[in-house]
Order: sequence, then structure tokens, then C-alpha cells
Amino acid sequence: MIPAEFRYLFPSTVDEAVRMLADEGEDAKIIAGGQSLVPVLRMRLAAPTALIDIGGLTELTGVRDDGDSLLIGAMTTHYEVQRDHLIHDHALLLKLVTDTVADPQVRHRGTFGGSLCHADPAGDLLAPALALDAVMIIAGPGGRREVPAAEFFVDYFTTALAPDEILIDVRVPKYTGWGAHYEKLNRVAQAWSIVAVAAAVQVRGGTIEAARVGLTNVGSGPVRAVDVESALVGQPVSAIAEAALRASSGDGYKDNLARVLTGRALTAAVAG
Amino acid sequence: MTATAEPEVGKARLRKEDARLITGQTRWTDNIQLTGMLHMAVLRSPVAHARIRNIDCSRATAMPGVAVVLTGEDFAAEQGSLPCAWPITEDMKSPPAPALAVDQVNFAGEAVALVIADSPYRAADALAEIDVDYDELPVVLDLEEALRDTDLVHPDLGTNKCATWVFDSAEAGSGTNVEDEISSAEVVIERTFRQQRLIPSFMEPRSVVVDPSAGMFTIWSATQIPHILRWMLSAVTGIAEHKIRVIAPDVGGGFGGKLQVTPEELLCLLVARRMGRPVKWTESRTESMLSGHHGRDQIQKITLSARRDGTVTGLKVELLADMGAYLRLVTPGIPILGAFMFNAIYKFPAYRFVCTNVFTNKVPTDAYRGAGRPEATFAIERMMDELAVELGMDPMKIREMNWIKHEEFPFNTVAGLTYDSGNYEAATARAMELFGYDDLREEQARRRADGSAVQLGIGISTYTEMCGLAPSRVLGALRYGAGGWETASIRMLPTGKVEVITGTSPHGQGHETVWSQIVADRLGVPFEDVEVLHGDTASSHKGMDSYGSRSLAVGGTALVHAADKVLAKARTLAAHMMECDEADVEFASGSFSVRGTSTARTLSDVVLAAHVAHDLPEGMEPGMDADATFDPDNFSFPHGTHLCATEVDTETGVVKIRSYVAVDDVGTVVNPLIVDGQVHGGLAQGIAQALYEEAVHDEMGTLTTATFADYLVPSAADLPAFLTARTSTPATSNPLGAKGVGEAGTIASTPAVVNSVLDAVRHLGVRDIEMPLSPERVWTALQGRKADDAGEVAAGGLGSIDAQGGQS
Ligand SMILES: Cc1cc2nc3c(=O)[nH]c(=O)nc-3n(C[C@H](O)[C@H](O)[C@H](O)COP(=O)(O)OP(=O)(O)OC[C@H]3O[C@@H](n4cnc5c(N)ncnc54)[C@H](O)[C@@H]3O)c2cc1C
Repeated sequence: MIPAEFRYLFPSTVDEAVRMLADEGEDAKIIAGGQSLVPVLRMRLAAPTALIDIGGLTELTGVRDDGDSLLIGAMTTHYEVQRDHLIHDHALLLKLVTDTVADPQVRHRGTFGGSLCHADPAGDLLAPALALDAVMIIAGPGGRREVPAAEFFVDYFTTALAPDEILIDVRVPKYTGWGAHYEKLNRVAQAWSIVAVAAAVQVRGGTIEAARVGLTNVGSGPVRAVDVESALVGQPVSAIAEAALRASSGDGYKDNLARVLTGRALTAAVAG
Repeated sequence: MTATAEPEVGKARLRKEDARLITGQTRWTDNIQLTGMLHMAVLRSPVAHARIRNIDCSRATAMPGVAVVLTGEDFAAEQGSLPCAWPITEDMKSPPAPALAVDQVNFAGEAVALVIADSPYRAADALAEIDVDYDELPVVLDLEEALRDTDLVHPDLGTNKCATWVFDSAEAGSGTNVEDEISSAEVVIERTFRQQRLIPSFMEPRSVVVDPSAGMFTIWSATQIPHILRWMLSAVTGIAEHKIRVIAPDVGGGFGGKLQVTPEELLCLLVARRMGRPVKWTESRTESMLSGHHGRDQIQKITLSARRDGTVTGLKVELLADMGAYLRLVTPGIPILGAFMFNAIYKFPAYRFVCTNVFTNKVPTDAYRGAGRPEATFAIERMMDELAVELGMDPMKIREMNWIKHEEFPFNTVAGLTYDSGNYEAATARAMELFGYDDLREEQARRRADGSAVQLGIGISTYTEMCGLAPSRVLGALRYGAGGWETASIRMLPTGKVEVITGTSPHGQGHETVWSQIVADRLGVPFEDVEVLHGDTASSHKGMDSYGSRSLAVGGTALVHAADKVLAKARTLAAHMMECDEADVEFASGSFSVRGTSTARTLSDVVLAAHVAHDLPEGMEPGMDADATFDPDNFSFPHGTHLCATEVDTETGVVKIRSYVAVDDVGTVVNPLIVDGQVHGGLAQGIAQALYEEAVHDEMGTLTTATFADYLVPSAADLPAFLTARTSTPATSNPLGAKGVGEAGTIASTPAVVNSVLDAVRHLGVRDIEMPLSPERVWTALQGRKADDAGEVAAGGLGSIDAQGGQS
């Protein structure tokens, strides 16, 4: 499979990258890890005239402590997310989700930001980003702006990013001490989720104080199971089975999975 | 020359070929770069059935780097028809099979135009600029529907029915009349199974380079069959066979998928001839899936009759086999290879097999690992379980009652074969012990009683198969176009080193290692002193190539015979050198000696003497080389017992293989490591059919599983740790005692897995689930619904990307 011809640009600052995007017009594309974009190019499902490689923007990699929240650089690879101590301590769910993404080769190239920008509803990182109230920090010709995850994911493969904007950081509130689990159902190891559920819970003395539940691949974007979350607040752990039924009301296979996997994700999150 | 004391045969040698393969030290076909080489890209039909009204190449021709754009019309006069070497019946319908479609396309993926350019990139770019005008025709996809002949794939044939092939034990005199048995039976079980379409997933995509210079056509191809390819390309093009040289360099897997004379091989040759320049074509994975032949795709209606005590009395098999749009090299014969195997290891008194081959607007089918035998084994092993359920008997008991006892070999089967050797009791006993059958049954009972969400199932497959293809006279009787012999040559070099030339064509199996082990033992030379040459028609001048688990049983035997010829001649010369009677010469560990004396000559000394030829016995030719060709007089029949335990999550439908035991009797084992490798890979592919892989077409005939994101090939992460063991009853049809192991794992494992899943959920009211047993199908079956009603969800796919339409 051979992609169509394109020009290749390699900016060294975010501002330069933004300028390049503006100069090249709508047919230019950012390339991060290339793990989603390159297959798309090779199948000629897209033929951008220019690729702007943000792999040289070291300012976009790594995780920083920012008081009540973490700032995760858009170019932080899945591999780095898996091993980062701040993420482990304050946003464990992200680590557990990332552990299930693809294979080691892909995790060394693919990026946290790229996954969110690609906005594939079957992608694993959308649901936890939504459930954890992540905020996207975006650079564009007019400067920086912040967009909460709930507004960022618009539709299949569509985000709130304008064509001349770049995701630079993701702010994730700290969930220190929360239990977390990602329950993913896929058919073979390298396949995408049929349905998956990301859950984080705060339990004190056997009572659930707060819960976050995000569903992967049940709609045109990530879905937050707010009914499940609210049904759990102030309840004992034994309320999970009942609450999980609120994850979906349909009788199709995926509806069933949403319910079953929500129950399993919450149970595992509580357990540890 | 040092003697090898420890026998080589039976040693778990690491493979000679691995270092170069895994360190990138070899040269695959796509790595070949020739001066002035052009690159071919193929435009493929996006529609499954259409008349080609017009092809406009003008814009493509004007693209940078494009040498020429060619269509079927350009080749109509010279491309002939791709060969089908197996006309199974006299009246078989066989449509012309152009390599490049001329006025009609019959499957989505069929080649309709070629761009020849100075780089693969520019060739690919120009494809998008070719404009084809299609007049779409009704698409024929469903086998039963196709037989109504409402719409025709090939209107000129007047029917979609290709051929009907029948075997009947009453007519053949090998058994009684099956209809009589069925009508008088105490128990009759009738089931219909579907063998889904599969896609051979070799690691190296197909690739061809043709160099037309120097008055020869040198063709490199990632093929399993260099010899057959040379013969067939000569037959199709009229190019004299001695002006064609085919080289299969290291080839990265085939599984039957490269047992083919492909349109692209022929087209590269025609283009190279026309342009007078070397041409290369290498496919993408999606191209491979859209145009390389597929496997399986049958509907099997099986009727089994038995007595209430469990004794089987009759077996009737009615098959519909999907040929796809054309007959490729052995397409029509694949289901026929299964005809002799439905009765399997059981003593059916009556048997009837009827196979109807059907044309559809899909990619042609052809050989895929096991070829006919997995289909047969699946059906009979599923039926034995169904019979056990019907009669409330243990499924192993019912097999045991009906199988051929070890003392009954050789055994003439109801399908007309003679099984030479085997011991089903021994393999089964070993498997039951390794598996812990009784404990698992106990756990199963417990989980059933508890109503546990995760249920446990046990699946059995006591399989046999026929391989070591094949006695030439049998192939002739089956109307196959070639013989089944194999050849080997040994060149004894003056320094005592050995070159072995084999007519088999390894493509990942490890023949270089195994052939070296055989020769090392036979001639008493070190393993390292043997070099194995293969896959080049200029050095290995004849052969029947590698498929059907034939290489060792047939090609290895030719090698043994060649080695024996070397030794026989060397013995004569050694006697001459040692001035003794030949009868007094003993040979051991690479050395000839005179019985009862210390006089000795090494084989190396004798070879040198033969080479310099200064003093040879009267009439002896110089040199110590030898050739041998072996035509087996029977197939070989590996068998074994496979046991599979699965855990079925009734809430999600997910199937997890908890343990898998494979005890195989493949006769004498030359290299246990390689045999284990073949078994493991075979199991993976058989399990893949049971649980994961399926080529799916939409109602327009578009393949919707044309990437590895949609066509789910399992990896090591998805498979259990296999517990393998062996029993051995050597084959009597060859001196090695080898039976063949290339396909056994694939043939055995599919029914073991499916039987196991059904065993787990049968008490919940599930009687059958179509393959592959996806979580959704299993869950849907548990809801008491049919999968069709629920509407399958995507397998997972390239995320949610619709991968269709991308072809190059
Ligand atoms: C074999 C395989 C298996 C996979 N399995 C999974 C899986 O199980 N689960 C899963 O979630 N993912 C999976 N992926 C996808 C993987 O996670 C990718 O890394 C991810 O989807 C995209 O990240 P990337 O850095 O590679 O982005 P790229 O491919 O470089 O870009 C993707 C898109 O995002 C845009 N983009 C990227 N970064 C930015 C930015 N900073 N600002 C603006 N736009 C941007 C690009 O323009 C492009 O449109 C798999 C990929 C492969 C190849």
C-alpha cells in the first residue's frame, strides 16, 4: 500500500507548527505518532498535501504536576504514559487503559494526544478522558484555548479542533487514591474494543463517594454513564450490580456488553 | 571427515535457515533490484459482476514515470486462460480465466488494468487516473441461490453448476448401500454445517520479478510451486519451457495460498516480454486478500445412521462447494480431497459422497492448509458428538466403539483407501492422561450445577488425514493433471562436502535442516557439511514442489534412495580401492572397512577417488553423484487425539481456551522441534477457523474483511500453551516411516474447539453455532436467537475506519 505524494514539514516550535498549518491550508495534516494517520494514508482514505510532523516539539512530551491536576503533553507516547509515576499515582485509570492499547511497537510510537485528536469511537483513551473530566489545551493562530472533553469529542473522527489548531496539552484532575479499572472486550489481542468500560471509584469505609464511568465504542464518540455514576454516590459497594444495569437500556449485544462490562469494571475498580 | 556417532534423525536441531531469515540476511523476491526494472501496479475491479463498457487510460498514461498502461484488450490475443489442472469430471464446466479481464469482471478484486512505471509509487499514483465504465450485472453470492440459476456468473455456461462428483461405496464395492442403511436405521442424525471462507495469511505477500534478458525469461516468484509454475507458464504462453527459469528464493509462508499460477505471474511475464525490460510486482496485504485465492467455503449436509447401541451404520455427505468466479490451479479438486476422509477412523459399512461445485461472484477458492480434509474432519467429528448427545453416551466412548482397532491394520476403508498403520487407542490414552479428562468432567458438572456464569466444555477430535501426496496412479484416476512423485539428487563434491538438490520447494518449513539430518545419518557426514538447494528450476531440474504434507514422506524418501545409490557405488569403489570383495565391505559412521581387518577408507576418500577417476573399476563412471525419484504406492495417514477445554462466558459470549492437548502420530519424527512447530502453527490456524477468521462479503459482493484489522488472525497472545505429545506407528509406505505433519494440527483442531464450546453450552439449549464462534454469535445463541436476527457488530476493525475501497 502506497500513499499519495505529500510534502513533509518539520517545525521546531508550536508557533511554527501553527503557522505552517495556516500557511498550508485545509489539506495539511499534523502527524504525531502516525499510528492512525499512516494506515489512513496508505489506504488512500485521505491524501493530505502536506504532513506537519510535530515529533520534534519536545515541549509537547512528558507529564507535569500542576497542583490539583496533571498536564499531559500531547506527544507523550502510550509507552511513556504506561510508565509515568504521576499518572500512576493520580490518574491510574489512564495507565490501565493504555496498557490495553495495541502492542508494544504501536505503544512506542502512538501518542496520547494523537489518540484523542483521531477521535475514533473505538479508540480506548476517549472514554477515560471524558470520564475523568480532562480538558484539552489547544494552540491556534489566535492563541490558546481550553476545551473540556465533553465538548471536544463531536462525532466519529471529529473533534472541536479547527483545521489550523494543535492539541498541545491535556489537563487531567488528580484522582489520587481512586480505584480504577478498564474492562475491554475485543476478539484478538491486536483488535479494537467491541465495547469497553473505563471506571474510577472513590470508596471510603465501604461507601462509594464518587464514581466515573466512560464507555468505549457504543456511539459516535465516548459515552459517559452518568446514570450509573449518580446511582452509586453514597451507596455501598453492593449497589454496583444494580447500578450497572443503567449503563444501557437496549437489548442488543452491545447493550448487554455495556451493562455486563460496567458491572465488572466497577467491581474490579473497587477491589483495587 | 568426522563421523557422526549420535543419530541425526530424531534430534531437535535448531533450523539452519533461521539465522538468515530472522536477521534479514536473505533476499526475498521484493528485494530483487534489476537494472532498468519497471514496476507493475494492478487496477482491480471494485464491483463483483459487471461488463466493462470502456476503459480510459489517457490520463494515467500521461502521468509522470508511466511507461504504459495496459488493459485486457491489449493481451486478449496472447494471455490465454489461467490453467486448471484438475478437471474432476469429464463434463466439468470450466470458463475461460483471463489473467486480465477483457470485457467482463466476475469478482471484486479481479485485475482490469495494469500500470507499468519506473517506480512502484508512480505506478500506484497512476492507478487512480484510470477510468473504467462498468455496466453492473446481478451478483451471485449464495451457493443455494446460485444453483437456481436465476442469475448466472458466466452466462455462456448456461448454469452456475460447475460439476458434480460422486463416490458411492455400493458402486465402488467398498461397502454397502447407504440409503438402505439409513432407511433401516435405529437412529438417523442429519446436520448442516457451514465451512466459512478463509484467507490464507502467509507472512510474505506475493511478489514476482521477471527478467527477459539474455534470451531467457528468469522469473523470481514467492511461490510454493516453481516447477509447476514453469510448466504451466510455458503451456499458457507458448514460451518454450527451456527458455523459462523459475526461482522461488526464500519464501515467507504459503499454507496453500502460493500453490497457484497467479494472474500476476503471467501478466509480469507478458509485460516483460512486451517491454523487453525486467518487471516487478509486489502486492499489498489488501490486494492479497482481494485477489489471492481463498480457502474452504462449503455447505455440508451430513446424514449419519447408527444403532441405538452407538454403532455407526452409514454416512451420507452432500456438499456444496464454492469455486468462486474461476477455476484456478486445483480449485475443483479441493473438496474431492476430502471425499476420502469423512469416514475418518470409523468403520462405516456404507458411505456416499456427493459434491456439487458452484460458481459465484467471489474470489476463486483453492488450496488452504488441509485442503478438503479439515472440512471432512470437522463434519465427522461434529457428527460423532451429535450422535453421543442423541444417545446420551460419552463422546469418547462412542468414538472408541467405532474406530479401527490397532490390530486391524492395514485396513481397507469404505472410501476405498488402505490405512497402513495407526494406533488410535494409544494416542487417545496418552491424550486423556495429559488432559485430565475425568477431573475436567467433574468440574464441568460442578459449574453446571452452580449455574456459574462461566461454563466449561470439553471437545474431542480423534482425527486422521491422508497426506504424502501422492501415488501418481491415484492422481491419474482422479483426473489430476500431474504426478505425485518426488525427486532428489546428491552431488558429492571432491572435498567430501555434499550438495542435496530437492524437487520439493520449502517456504518456511525447514527442509534444509531436515534434509541435512537425513543425509548426515545416511552417509555418515556431519550435518554442517550438507547444503540443500531448492526452488530453482535451473539447479533443481524437476520436482512436484511442496503442498499436501508431501515433502518428507515423498521427497525425503527420494533423498534416502539417492543416498543409498551413492553408498552402493561408493561401496563398489571402496572394495576396488581396498582390493577386497565387495561383500566384505562394511560401512559405518562415514567409513568403509574390510570386515575383520583395520583396512578402511572414509567416504570422503572414496568420493575423491571417484572424482579424479585415476583408478576406477572397469566400466564405472567418474563421480559419485546420484539421482532418485520416488513415486509412493500409498498415501500416509497421520492421526491423533486432540482434546480442548474451553471456558465460555455466558454473559459476554467470550470463549477462552483453557487447555489444549494434541497427541499426534505422524510416524517417524526426523526433527521434533520442527514437528512441534508445525503442530503449533497448525493448531493456531485450525483454532482461528473455529473462533476468529472469516472472509465476509456484503450483498454487493465486496469483501468487507480486506485488512488484518478486520480479518482476525490470532497471535500468540490469543492462544493457550499447547500441550503436545506423540505416539508413533511408522508409515509402511516409505522407508523413513514418516507420515507428514504440515496440516495435521489444522485438520484436527477446528472440531475440537467447536465441540468443546457446544459441550459447554448445550445444557443451556444451544445445539449449534456457526463458525467462527465470535462472542456475539455465542451470546446470541445463548439468547435463543439466530445470529442473523441480531445483526453482527464489527469485529473491531481498524478502529471504526471503513477500510473498504482502499486497495493498493
Ligand atoms: C496495529 C494497531 C493497533 C492499534 N490498537 C489500538 C487499540 O487497541 N486502542 C487504541 O486506542 N488505539 C489503537 N491504535 C491506535 C493508536 O493508539 C494510535 O497511536 C492513536 O490512535 C493515534 O496516535 P498517533 O500519535 O499515532 O496519531 P497520528 O496517527 O499521528 O494522528 C492521528 C490523527 O490525529 C491528528 N493529530 C495527532 N496529534 C495531533 C495534535 N497534537 N494536534 C492536532 N491533531 C493531531 C492527526 O492529524 C491525525 O488526523 C492502534 C494502532 C495500530 C497501528
